[in-house]
Amino acid sequence: MRIEGKGLIDRATPVRFQFDGVGHTGFAGDTLASALLAKGVRLMGRSFKYHRPRGVLTAGSEEPNALVTIGRGAAQEPNVRATVQEIYPGLEARPQNAWPSLKADVMALNDLAWPVLGAGFYYKTFMWPRGFWERLYEPIIRRAAGLGALSGAHNPDRSEKVYAFCDLLVIGSGPAGLMAALTAGRAGADVLLVEEDSVFGGRLNAETFLVDGLAGSDWAAQVVAELGEMENVRLMRRTAAVGAYDHGTYAAVERVNGHRGNRPEGAVLETFWRIVAKQVILAAGAIERPVAFENNDRPGIMTAGAVRAYLNRWGVSPGRRVAVFGNNDDAHRTAADLHAAGVEVAALIDSRADAQVRDADYPVYAGAVVTGSAGRLGLKRVSVKTSGGSKDIEVDCLAISGGWNPTVHLTCHMNGRPTWRDDIASFVPTPESIPGLVAVGACNGAFSTSACLADGAAAAGDALKVLGLTPPRSRAVPTAEDDPYQLAPLWAVPGKGRAWIDFQNDVTVKDIKQAATENFSSVEHMKRYTTQGMATDQGKNSNVAALAVLADATGRGIPETGTTTFRPPFSPVSLATFGAGAQGMGFAPQRFTTSHAESLARGAPMIEAGLWYRPSYFPAEGETHWRESCDREVGYVRNAVGICDVSTLGKIDIQGEGAAELLDFVYTNTFSTLKVGRVRYGLMLREDGFVMDDGTTARLGDQHYVMTTTTAAAGAVMRHLEFVHQVLCPHLDVRFTSVTEQWAQFAVAGPASRDLLNDMLETTVDNANWPFMACGPVTVSGVSGRLFRISFSGEHAYEIAVPARYGESLFKCLVQRAESMGGGAYGMEALNVMRIEKGHITHAEIHGRTTAFDIGFAGMVSATKDCIGKTMAAREGLVASDRERLVGLKPVGRDAELTAGAHLFDLGVEFRRDNSRGYTTSAAFSPTLGHHIALGFLQRGPERLGEVIRCVDHMRGLEAEVEVCAPVFVDPEGGRTRG
Amino acid sequence: MRLTCPICGARDRREFYYQGDAVALYRPAPDAGVDAWDDYVHLRDNPAGVRRELWQHEAGCGAWLVAERNTTTHDVLSVSLVTDGTERGA
Amino acid sequence: MDELVAKSPCAGLLPLEIGAVRVEEVDLGVLTTIAPYAGQAAATSDALKTAHGMAFPGANRMTGKEGARAIWFGRDMALLAGPSCDATLAVHAALTDQSDAWASVTASGAGAEAALARLVPVDLRAATFKRGHSVRTLVQHMNGSVTRLGPDSFLILVFRAMAPTLVHDLKLAMEAVAARG
Repeated sequence: MRIEGKGLIDRATPVRFQFDGVGHTGFAGDTLASALLAKGVRLMGRSFKYHRPRGVLTAGSEEPNALVTIGRGAAQEPNVRATVQEIYPGLEARPQNAWPSLKADVMALNDLAWPVLGAGFYYKTFMWPRGFWERLYEPIIRRAAGLGALSGAHNPDRSEKVYAFCDLLVIGSGPAGLMAALTAGRAGADVLLVEEDSVFGGRLNAETFLVDGLAGSDWAAQVVAELGEMENVRLMRRTAAVGAYDHGTYAAVERVNGHRGNRPEGAVLETFWRIVAKQVILAAGAIERPVAFENNDRPGIMTAGAVRAYLNRWGVSPGRRVAVFGNNDDAHRTAADLHAAGVEVAALIDSRADAQVRDADYPVYAGAVVTGSAGRLGLKRVSVKTSGGSKDIEVDCLAISGGWNPTVHLTCHMNGRPTWRDDIASFVPTPESIPGLVAVGACNGAFSTSACLADGAAAAGDALKVLGLTPPRSRAVPTAEDDPYQLAPLWAVPGKGRAWIDFQNDVTVKDIKQAATENFSSVEHMKRYTTQGMATDQGKNSNVAALAVLADATGRGIPETGTTTFRPPFSPVSLATFGAGAQGMGFAPQRFTTSHAESLARGAPMIEAGLWYRPSYFPAEGETHWRESCDREVGYVRNAVGICDVSTLGKIDIQGEGAAELLDFVYTNTFSTLKVGRVRYGLMLREDGFVMDDGTTARLGDQHYVMTTTTAAAGAVMRHLEFVHQVLCPHLDVRFTSVTEQWAQFAVAGPASRDLLNDMLETTVDNANWPFMACGPVTVSGVSGRLFRISFSGEHAYEIAVPARYGESLFKCLVQRAESMGGGAYGMEALNVMRIEKGHITHAEIHGRTTAFDIGFAGMVSATKDCIGKTMAAREGLVASDRERLVGLKPVGRDAELTAGAHLFDLGVEFRRDNSRGYTTSAAFSPTLGHHIALGFLQRGPERLGEVIRCVDHMRGLEAEVEVCAPVFVDPEGGRTRG
Repeated sequence: MRLTCPICGARDRREFYYQGDAVALYRPAPDAGVDAWDDYVHLRDNPAGVRRELWQHEAGCGAWLVAERNTTTHDVLSVSLVTDGTERGA
Repeated sequence: MDELVAKSPCAGLLPLEIGAVRVEEVDLGVLTTIAPYAGQAAATSDALKTAHGMAFPGANRMTGKEGARAIWFGRDMALLAGPSCDATLAVHAALTDQSDAWASVTASGAGAEAALARLVPVDLRAATFKRGHSVRTLVQHMNGSVTRLGPDSFLILVFRAMAPTLVHDLKLAMEAVAARG
């Protein structure tokens, strides 16, 4: 029911929206909850387990009941709290967890079965038969219980992440937060004020208090206007601080566009803020707790503070005839405000026998409690037990207050435990729980407006001092009410029926007592057994009451019982917001070679190699299978000339007096003896003796090398070099620079490679001036480049490098020329086939568990010098002759298929894991040989050449007899390479 | 989490690569024996309290750093360059 | 004889103007990393001054002026941008040609700072990150270099091969900033 003349809504701007298929009109400034209450809609959802009819309990982000789904289709958003969602024209909200409708929910049958559905029901009931859980029980339970659902389609809504930095972060903009921001802002501090609500002011907007003679909301607006003028202050509303992390890092989520129907192009739904603050003032306020009594969950029953908020901020009375039930003075304000607004107050019921109420024009029952309620889809009546007996009172709204719990959550995010305070029967933050953070105002248990203002100003003064700024001389604050907050704890009214503690997870007083009876008496066990505090509200409304009931049931005090652990996030954050920016292309950077566009133009499918994209093969017209393309490309290189982009390999420029010595220490073999203008293959170990990486290193000058790493290990090798230099060899004068990106480098491989190059190079190369493993500067088509005579394919081959800007152009020229010579471009598939044919290893072989000994390179570990990994590589177990060592494998019957990952068995044994004598690491069809070949590791492999064993791929169901052979299948003498 | 790089200043943890215990600073001589090498390569303490760790400011200046960090409070007590001689003393 | 055609890292991707931010590719000229050898920092700086008119930049700083800048580029390293590095420096420092290794763009306009706050985990606000300040840091997931050139103008460098990702990331950030109005 809308109350004329009250509220901060804009009555000149009506807003049409839909709820549960019915059109309604609210006003700008309304939340979905306030607009529905204004229309007399009390039923807004069904509970999680029993499908009980539920309405709003609160007026804030802690709302447990009124969860709705906003929108339709791919972008629909489930579990939105109606108390947070602002209405906008065209808003479509739907209730959740109800079928066929909110009013007639079939699953409400669960509610009739409640005697058997209590805490631990699932654990006890669905134990047998064992196999039924996954197939039968779980799907049924999941369908019956639950909250809203996602559409299952890709959600087009975007979110984002932003970094922010400030001197002082103020969380919350009630009287304490505003006063803190104002004090610090005036002193020139760099202030960030975040407020989760859409309006600044906190409880000042929900109460009728005066501040300095102004209405609280007007005072708040005035302060916000002043802050808005300050360049050193940033105001962020609709922004909830959700996490406190190490070293002044905070997370906050801003609802940027969830309150708008028409969103601008490119707009984000939410922003995940990562805030780094030197000082923090937490003015997060407090959350009111209900009192448990039988059937205390009917639509129309809500917290007393929420009723005041609806009345004062939104001009809505949640009922026409309202009763107020509390254990503290603050609850009296609800009765007074309602009465002043002309709403009928049917009763003010205070559990304290000595409660004082002055000038009440409505019935007051001191020393009385509400024991029950009636009304299936909405409250009709409450039963009150007074000292004189019991009576029923007809009401459509009950406002309840069990007192206020300071919002301590953020202060517990770094393992802090809150401190119990008897006088307010609640927990307050323990100081220093978060370094640099101070809790003030209601969040720290100071509940009067005056105390909040003073607290905020004082904390800001202290923060200014830490920041090296001058605090204001006067600590005078505006005048405001300073009423004492008095209460007598009341957690649950004794009774037989179900009294709800956790509305969202349907946990009752009885459930908690049952947990204690079954010895789940630790608070963490009780939580998990009953599921209390585990839903989207994370027990904000129920935690302290649940502890109190548990403490009572176990005969301990509340401080001894302790709390469960509050973890981030403070309020629900969608996974889409946590993962903002990491979808699609935002997941990881893409690294494209200079030949990428040309490769795509030639129809090459791409494969990912680390962050790089490399062409798999280049399909020719008429080819229907990758193998056809691959075999053809191998033929280019074996018979004519092939071109392949090898720019992705890591290239590290190494210069300085200590360069040679450092390389000798990093590699197992020696590079100080390498002649200028020559290239050498090098092997690198980890300190534990296993192979780390391999590649060629060229000596460009006396103190100048360029190292090549594998594509995948480039970053790790660079880090390793810096580690070895800075940590182990700081005495060596050497400098590293990655030049991977500087050079576009192409393999020109095949018998015709030299002819092709000589057509393009300024100086002719031949076997005399450019023998195998020679390198040096060249000029290609007028551009300065580098030429390396190295070969991964085993053919007469070169790699030519030019500055990357010329990469695309050079690739096109090389491919065109190769094509005119009967060759062409080749991709990763052909490259892989040829390196297997030559027995060249990759990370398939040096996979982290193989040593130089295993791959047949023991001779490359220099005996005359130390190197990384040398000592550990000499360990007995790493040079044992029965280790699995590298061999080649070829099928006995030519047509058998070999695969990588297959296991090797001796003939005549069962193919069991304990009989495995090794495994294959790489396999391919060799078009050069006309049959499959494989590389693998076999126990005593090199001693077994010529033997026939069995190769079994259990996964693919393949089996073949193979002959063990040396790992080089093609041109073992290397004549072609040197030709 | 933030670390203060002696070269670049306070930076977010995402700029740093974590290596492990700072024991890696003290590489034994090749002939130091099996036990010394086993300690160096494999054995690590896992204290609840202050430990010295190696980090690299990989996305920043590239310097390798020794951070003294309390694993129970997450306090970072100091960050220094491994190349600072003072850090090497055992 | 074939003619090799040069192509810049962001060719076909830039310029891009969304809302109050404009991103353009810039040709910084020759790029050379200068890494002074042990004990050669002062000598390198002197040689740099003599040859190119600017001192070796301290950490997180840039020296020189448009056309000839020295950008601090990491531990014991600066990036000379503009002139071809004078050979006299090779006595004191390792010199490495990086002219083709980096994609260089400027982001300018009233929303540039806000757009970069979406990608860079460092405080880039004018009060703390002034003209001539430069950091090696992350640009979203990429290692990069960010320098303030003016009140509303930043220079951003990432690996050349990641230019499309840089443009993609900047575009999303610019759109989000623009949509906030």
